[in-house]
Amino acid sequence: MAKHKIRVSVNGVGCEAEVESRLLLVHFIREMLRLTGTHIGCDTTHCGACTVLLDGEPVKSCTVLAVQADGREVVTVEGLEQNGQLHPIQEGFWEKHGLQCGYCTPGMMMTGYALLKSNAKPSEEEIRKAISGNLCRCTGYVNIVKAVQHAAARSR
Amino acid sequence: MEPRTTPQVGGMGHSMKRKEDPRLIRGKGNFVDDIQLPGMLYLDIVRSPFAHAKIKSINAERALKVPGVLAVITGETLAKYNLHWMPTLMSDTQMVLPTEKVMYQAQEVAGVIATDRYAAADGVEAVEVDYDPLPVVVDPFKALEPGAPVLRTDKKDKKDNRIFHWEVGDKAGTDRAFAAADVVVKQDLYIPRIHVSSIETCGCIADFDRVEGKLTVYMTTQAPHAIRTVFALVAGHVGLSEEKIRIVSPDIGGGFGGKVPVYPGYVIAVAASVVLGKPVKWIEDRMENLQADSFARDYHIKAELAAKKDGTMTALRIKTLADHGYADAAANPSKFPAGLFSICTGSYDFKNAFAEVDGVYTNKPPGGIAYRCSFRVTEAVHTIERMTDVLAQELKTDPAELRLKNFIPAEKFPYKSALGWSYDSGNYSAALKKAMEMIGYDALRKEQAERRKRGELMGIGISSFTEIVGAGPSKHFDILGIKMFDSCEIRIHPTGKAIARFGTKSQGQGHETTYAQIVAEELGIPAAHVEVEEGDTDTAPYGLGTYASRSTPVAGAAGAMAARKIRDKAKKIAAHLLEVSEDDLVWEPGKFSVKGAPQRAKTIQEIAFAAYTNHPQGMEAGLEAVSYYDPPNLTFPFGSYICAVDIDRGTGEVKIRRFVAVDDCGNIINPMIVDGQIHGGLTMGLAPALFEEISYDENGNIQGGSFMDYLLPTAMETPSWETDKTVTPSPHHPLGAKGVGESATVGAPPAIVNAVVDALSHLGVRHIDIPITPEKVWRILKDKGVAE
Repeated sequence: MAKHKIRVSVNGVGCEAEVESRLLLVHFIREMLRLTGTHIGCDTTHCGACTVLLDGEPVKSCTVLAVQADGREVVTVEGLEQNGQLHPIQEGFWEKHGLQCGYCTPGMMMTGYALLKSNAKPSEEEIRKAISGNLCRCTGYVNIVKAVQHAAARSR
Repeated sequence: MEPRTTPQVGGMGHSMKRKEDPRLIRGKGNFVDDIQLPGMLYLDIVRSPFAHAKIKSINAERALKVPGVLAVITGETLAKYNLHWMPTLMSDTQMVLPTEKVMYQAQEVAGVIATDRYAAADGVEAVEVDYDPLPVVVDPFKALEPGAPVLRTDKKDKKDNRIFHWEVGDKAGTDRAFAAADVVVKQDLYIPRIHVSSIETCGCIADFDRVEGKLTVYMTTQAPHAIRTVFALVAGHVGLSEEKIRIVSPDIGGGFGGKVPVYPGYVIAVAASVVLGKPVKWIEDRMENLQADSFARDYHIKAELAAKKDGTMTALRIKTLADHGYADAAANPSKFPAGLFSICTGSYDFKNAFAEVDGVYTNKPPGGIAYRCSFRVTEAVHTIERMTDVLAQELKTDPAELRLKNFIPAEKFPYKSALGWSYDSGNYSAALKKAMEMIGYDALRKEQAERRKRGELMGIGISSFTEIVGAGPSKHFDILGIKMFDSCEIRIHPTGKAIARFGTKSQGQGHETTYAQIVAEELGIPAAHVEVEEGDTDTAPYGLGTYASRSTPVAGAAGAMAARKIRDKAKKIAAHLLEVSEDDLVWEPGKFSVKGAPQRAKTIQEIAFAAYTNHPQGMEAGLEAVSYYDPPNLTFPFGSYICAVDIDRGTGEVKIRRFVAVDDCGNIINPMIVDGQIHGGLTMGLAPALFEEISYDENGNIQGGSFMDYLLPTAMETPSWETDKTVTPSPHHPLGAKGVGESATVGAPPAIVNAVVDALSHLGVRHIDIPITPEKVWRILKDKGVAE
């Protein structure tokens, strides 16, 4: 299997690695970088547990090859907290009980984070639409919507 | 109930923020697949493309040449150790890996062990299996016909495909009541096969230490202790002894019943680790999860309800065929092959009832486990709540009125049901009336009548369910002989902080918070200072685990009882410190004070310190206790849900306009968490009502074996749930609590179906089987000539 040298900025840190062509970005993040906050929940790009930001856009990292991230910037859940300060989206999830088992949570927060970057004051409908590519089995989404709203209010 | 403790202490009734969240919102959770051990190998599994076939040969030659592949394990390998079959929790047997034939599509055929997961997957592709297809039995009714191929040829005396016949109730009395009835309604209902689909799939890391002879298994399990004992019983003959088995259930990404059974993948990983002396990780992918893990439901029900002309229900008769797949791998208490289906008389005061269930083998994956429900309660509730509406329609009565007329009256509790249960407490009409008020029932009915005149399709559906949870009293409840108690061990440290360990295992329920709140309630130690641990069998006391809404009713009760033992000892120490008699002391959360002299007091923290530094002579030092709680009865949470739907005449789409849920789970530990559980439960009630189904074609090919076809509700389809509560404490639970995790999943589907049928009732529609897809509705609309 051919190997490729890639250079990726992950949460602001430059990472160099030699990877197989077929290596998925999610496995690169989880197994080579040992950043295990990004989870895997399906194999058809439906569940969104593996959502990370690639050059600021939310992507499902189970459907991106690690080589496609070469020369680009990745942000994972581990990159949300800055200088010991939780990001408002993290606070929102904690404050509003937006998580139960916590498995979909990192992907859900990354999607919420990306939404608020492009739309600082989303309506409930806009939030629901934005997170419709992220499945949650525990919460029924009600408190996830509230968590994103809380983050939006806090960020303003 | 007003909280007795301050928010700083955080006892019962406080919406305390969760203690588990700081790690989970930082991506610092510790799920099984996050664990990476040195030298770890990966297992991937070869699966059958056929639903029923003879295995002529398995050729691993090519696979073993794949770089990184170290071994291929087949049924023949395991047969050398007599590990190719294993018992199910229902005392049936199921294959770990086959030696002769496969019984369902996606069944495990061989395990490939490699140095990384990609190489293992390559190896799986390269294993060559030669199959000889056999006739497939898909339809459970045909499975019972004479001449049907007998599937379990491994069982010497088995001459047909019936697994069990189970019945309950007074058949003759019920038949007489039906003969005397003014009105009898009959309806067939099918409750299809569905899958819990927790967002984390199943997996494990088996780590056998050859030097110590110790096996550690990190595992996605809801019941670690029971699993340890099962492993010891199954593998005792190859030298695995229970003290040398440690099951660790770390953070679990949702369970809902799907992480109760032992799946072949776990056993193959253990066998591989023992043979190779290295840690072996197995993580199934979503398709394997959906296609091979235990399913839920799959009940074919014939129900009959007898009543007087005035609507008084008199008798219920139910006959059910239960499709269990090729093995009865349900996770019911042993004496209950059909679970707690006998709760089917529901919230109504029936004098007569009779129910029977036949379990049947087919060429499908083994099961059936619960889907966020307590042992077949959803099937029971669906039946009675649907039948109540069928009766209301027959009598042209309002379904709310019919329910209010037939509810078990509040003053009749504790209530003995016709099928033998002793309901602990309830006030059903209060919950329904509250829900009716919340949704504005009368106004909605008027609106419906007006819309109907305009040709618009709008419906209102009610479900007034009674749950049965908290298994269970040891007299009747065991799993493989192990009684269904649960446990808690609390140790108070010298500085007045505590660690509390439980026999259960949270999968998102928030035990680290709610259990700490129970200890805070009972001892006055702030919940923030109570560390809760579960899931490590080397440290936690033995318990049967978390499923069937049993954590609060059983382990939560154990927590309260252990804390009370500690309080008893603390009282003795306080009496010693204050130099008074124990009888002169009064307790308020957090301290003992002298009657009439409240300034003379000792806090629990002072008492804890004294327990290690200044304990009374003749008393053992320390402050700790263990409780193994055997519940005297089950608990019976209940509620009333009302759903309003609009149906699109062009597409057949059902739009849930409003859904109000009034739940009663007795006293509440953490209102925020209870609300969250109800939101989630409602969504897992919506899912099978409108979207989810796993079906099979005539060749046993699975339909809906990935998230492409198996549709979980997203935030777009899920309505904004409106919740409220009534509080009717359980009289026998030490905290008056009942359990709530599954109520909404149990109660929601019939409310939705009743609403859809209600919207179409004037067209002569009386029943629709779930899932109510747009296509199903559109076909009905077209048939009735109202499709746009």
